[in-house]
Amino acid sequence: MSLYTEGEPIRDTKAPDGPIETRWERRRFSAKLVNPANKRKMTVIVVGTGLAGGSAAATLGELGYHVKSYCYQDSPRRAHSIAAQGGINAAKNYRNDGDSVYRLFYDTVKGGDFRARESNVHRLAEVSVNIIDQAVAQGVPFAREYGGLLDTRSFGGTQVSRTFYARGQTGQQLLLGAYQALERQIAAGNVEMNARHEMLELIIVDGRARGIVVRDLVTGEITTEFADAVVLASGGYGNVFFLSTNAKGCNVTATWRAHRKGALFANPCYTQIHPTCIPQSGDHQSKLTLMSESLRNDGRVWVPKRAEDCGKPAADIPEDDRDYYLERIYPAFGNLVPRDIASRAAKNVCDEGRGVGPGGLGVYLDFADAIKRLGRPAVEAKYGNLFEMYERITGEDPYQVPMRIYPAVHYTMGGLWVDYDLQSTIPGLFVIGEANFSDHGANRLGASALMQGLADGYFVLPNTIGDYLATGSFEKVDAGHPAAIEARQQVEGRIAKLLSIKGDRTVDSFHRELGHIMWEYCGMERTEAGLTKAIELIRNLRDEFWQRVRVLGDGEGLNQALERAGRVADFFELAELMCIDALHREESCGGHFRAESQTPDGEAQRDDERFSYVAAWEYAGTGEPPVLRKEDLNFEYVHPSQRSYK
Amino acid sequence: MNLTLRVWRQKGPQDKGRMVSYQVTDVSPDMSFLEMLDMLNERLTLEGEEPVAFDHDCREGICGACSMVINGTAHGPQKLTTTCQLHMRTFSDGDTIDIEPWRAKAFPVIKDLVVNRGAFDKIIQAGGFISAPTGSAPEAHSTPVPKADADEAFDAATCIACGACVAACPNGSGMLFTAAKITHLGLLPQGQPERDSRVVNMLAAHDEAGFGGCTNAGECTAVCPKGIPLTTIGRLNRDFIKASGKR
Repeated sequence: MSLYTEGEPIRDTKAPDGPIETRWERRRFSAKLVNPANKRKMTVIVVGTGLAGGSAAATLGELGYHVKSYCYQDSPRRAHSIAAQGGINAAKNYRNDGDSVYRLFYDTVKGGDFRARESNVHRLAEVSVNIIDQAVAQGVPFAREYGGLLDTRSFGGTQVSRTFYARGQTGQQLLLGAYQALERQIAAGNVEMNARHEMLELIIVDGRARGIVVRDLVTGEITTEFADAVVLASGGYGNVFFLSTNAKGCNVTATWRAHRKGALFANPCYTQIHPTCIPQSGDHQSKLTLMSESLRNDGRVWVPKRAEDCGKPAADIPEDDRDYYLERIYPAFGNLVPRDIASRAAKNVCDEGRGVGPGGLGVYLDFADAIKRLGRPAVEAKYGNLFEMYERITGEDPYQVPMRIYPAVHYTMGGLWVDYDLQSTIPGLFVIGEANFSDHGANRLGASALMQGLADGYFVLPNTIGDYLATGSFEKVDAGHPAAIEARQQVEGRIAKLLSIKGDRTVDSFHRELGHIMWEYCGMERTEAGLTKAIELIRNLRDEFWQRVRVLGDGEGLNQALERAGRVADFFELAELMCIDALHREESCGGHFRAESQTPDGEAQRDDERFSYVAAWEYAGTGEPPVLRKEDLNFEYVHPSQRSYK
Repeated sequence: MNLTLRVWRQKGPQDKGRMVSYQVTDVSPDMSFLEMLDMLNERLTLEGEEPVAFDHDCREGICGACSMVINGTAHGPQKLTTTCQLHMRTFSDGDTIDIEPWRAKAFPVIKDLVVNRGAFDKIIQAGGFISAPTGSAPEAHSTPVPKADADEAFDAATCIACGACVAACPNGSGMLFTAAKITHLGLLPQGQPERDSRVVNMLAAHDEAGFGGCTNAGECTAVCPKGIPLTTIGRLNRDFIKASGKR
């Protein structure tokens, strides 16, 4: 049986055509409005309270809708957006350095390796300026200059200074701004907050998304919740790799359940591997920690020239025996090449046996030259908190010995397919932030994720969802509706099944093994043979999971192993689709390198003739091959070119 | 390393709870504290005993979920460090380690080491925000903020709402948490219009949620993983007196 079939192409019918700079304005004007008096009678469910979900729930509440918000954490303020370090891009051009909405649009389309939609990216660049205004008004304490105006920096290889930041905690500060706006709406009675609740199923009535099944993680109670529209803002699926920079609870369940109910899942194989993470210290490792990319502004990346030197202390390796490989291979950009290039280069030197640290999975990021050039106080002022964090985790002092870094999974560009209105293929189901397949194409630039999450939540969704809701109101649905009963029974059945297996392996042992398979075969570099093998391994492991997993306790209260088991079960299904997607995409682009598709000098070779499309996958039923639906990408403004950093 | 853990086990809110001893062997000094507990939980699961429940998420010291009293100190022995960032190299072979949940009236235990910190959200709801509905914001550069004020506001805004301050306080007070938000917003020009009502309303919510009063014990700032200083409480008190005088 073939791994997939191909179905009808899919088209985004919501984006207006015509001049790109007026498309968003024209779409907002053409969108129907909801009468203010009717907004009060309409309910919107928002799942997730990160930058996208938190800002959307707050804004919808302000507009007068009744909002029901859900998060698995104990407080909406803990969503994983909080961990974003670097910054947020905006085309303010405060530096007068030639930035503009068009340049941000251009850089983002190009950075995404020509696999994103022009219309969406242009809108993102347009609203980026409003985000900064909004955050400042909320009291987000961005870094400022001595004159009191906002500071910016250049970030992730861009040539203009457009990244706004709040030390290394930009995500935290932006999220707290959204969280505080959300709490204000909760106090006003417009938003009903349900923390420690997990969405486990989508309820569809007459073809429309009308509700969700949730489990109260404290009491174990399963309820059906209803609304006129459902918004998923449940984040990315990097944890399919087990080890990633994601929080431990991040999962794909909300979007995967929606996918199984008919929402297309687009570009699942597009994952971002971040080059500067602290390497694994042993098999006990439970997660990986990112070190801000800004370190590459002053640190020099190297490994020993000879594999036999790898065991020696760094200080004992003379200058002539070191290979500053990024500077050597990419003289124009050196240590500042984009994330995907830096990550793959690190993997290559480690694969050659020249990696350093435990397991040979690490490269040096050396500040000795920077300390010599700038003095220790200057380095301390710039990176002090990062150096402390590094020392806390590794026990090594980076002022004395070079840091060790290695790439890790950081972000997922794939997600549920949405149109220009951010609506999925299920009417009434909207998907925002990292959970959708988004605006980043095959590779996300630094400081773009915060921008997209807040653009969707504050400015895009609150405008576009009205066009859908104005076609209501919809028939009243309650827990007794057959669709609700069925969805609820599906959830209860799965939980009962997980508890009844009583096997001899823990959930984490399966998750770790799945992660190994994904990292090995569907990580930075992929081959046809490897992916084919991975699919078989995943299927076998999934079967074993359903035979041998051990989940103790019951469903009647807090049961963290049960929560994890459900999430890992969904990761198995997603993992297979990721490998199928990666297998079918016989080109290298953005964050992923297909070994069979490279230039003579070993760089990624994109294939625009065959693959300039979004791969949107339709679920065809348990055990059935998924259906590929292609959305062609057209580039009217930014013409595809081969990226070169040499 | 081989260690003896004494862990608080409590089946649910109604259960009385007790300390239970576990031996853990072959602990690597490079493990984080939570990875050591993961290892214990893997073993307990295979032995048929329910794993220890604890809150955790980002495991990089920023989400504020992890929350354990380790050997009597909130977040354990290392200064300016959350539980998830604490590593086993801080301990020695043969150590006995006591692990307990936050204990405070306002933070009831849900299970084992997991507590309900929803009271913090209630304090923010009462006024821990600047009213700026989406779309209403003026151009960001229309209001410059002196760098010193912005930096000080940022220092206060780094609070992660973990609740260590409450766990450490002999009165179970949430004053450091409340004061951090008052300080953050009160230092910024954008926060001025609501400054008086904010402090009055947040303090009322604080007291109503069951937190105790502040008696300047200073235990809160000593355990705070983000180093929020006691001076924020001084600022809160000044703001409160000023706001009360206007009523």
